[in-house]
Amino acid sequence: MTEMEACTPQITLDFPIGEKDFFIAGESASKVKKILQQLGLKQDIVRKVAIIIYEAAMNVSIHASHGQLKVRVDPESISVETEDTGAGIPDIDLAMKEGYSTAPYEIREMGFGAGMGLPNIKQCSDELSIESKVGKGTTLKATVYFVSSTCVI
Amino acid sequence: MKIKDVQEILKAELLCGDSCVDNDVEGYFACDLISEMLLHMKPSSLLVTSLLNAHVVHTAHVMDVSGVVFVAGKKPDETIIANARQNAIPLLSTSYLMYESCGKLYVSGIGISLENTDPVSGD
Repeated sequence: MTEMEACTPQITLDFPIGEKDFFIAGESASKVKKILQQLGLKQDIVRKVAIIIYEAAMNVSIHASHGQLKVRVDPESISVETEDTGAGIPDIDLAMKEGYSTAPYEIREMGFGAGMGLPNIKQCSDELSIESKVGKGTTLKATVYFVSSTCVI
Repeated sequence: MKIKDVQEILKAELLCGDSCVDNDVEGYFACDLISEMLLHMKPSSLLVTSLLNAHVVHTAHVMDVSGVVFVAGKKPDETIIANARQNAIPLLSTSYLMYESCGKLYVSGIGISLENTDPVSGD
């Protein structure tokens, strides 16, 4: 951990995500990236967090009616949480499989929907939990630690 | 290699980023899938794509690329160019198709930019 990271103040950032608000994911990933860079965090940590935000927020805008993205910077880690009201995930293990996708054509046309979102998030996270109820919604929480920057697969 | 060299090799038009033509290019990545870009691109890569939407510039910013080349003469709209300008990402447009563009970059000696080399397991 660098001196700068040890002194990182606790910060919480919130972004509402609307249904089919497909560009909020990239915008929020880009905004958070700038903030984390200003805090002096390492490039690989910033990239991981930005990728998690991008993919997780994209999932919410594709599959939920509305949701919330929360990013919390703690002294030793950063957590990304998305909470949504939506269809839910019937089989999380299946959703985690690379190549499995239920995204509609308009999403694929934009360059998403290849079934790589959740696997990408897992690859970038040190800890990942997903809770989902069909017909209710999904909560995803991913944590990246400043010290252990190794990927957990 | 620098962005200005890429511009010459691909006879490309610089859409924005006049002050970024000296950005170092440490490899290239040709792709039309955003999730693949997010998984595999290394910092300082040159992104070669035929995707034209706002996600390309957001992804380029998140992944610290040194520039983006749109193939087949494609050009994004002004909003996307303005966003790239704001984030200091040079955008280029070449009339070469994807295959020709990659071929020309390949023979120029620039290497592939790849992280997580096993695309199946992500190892």
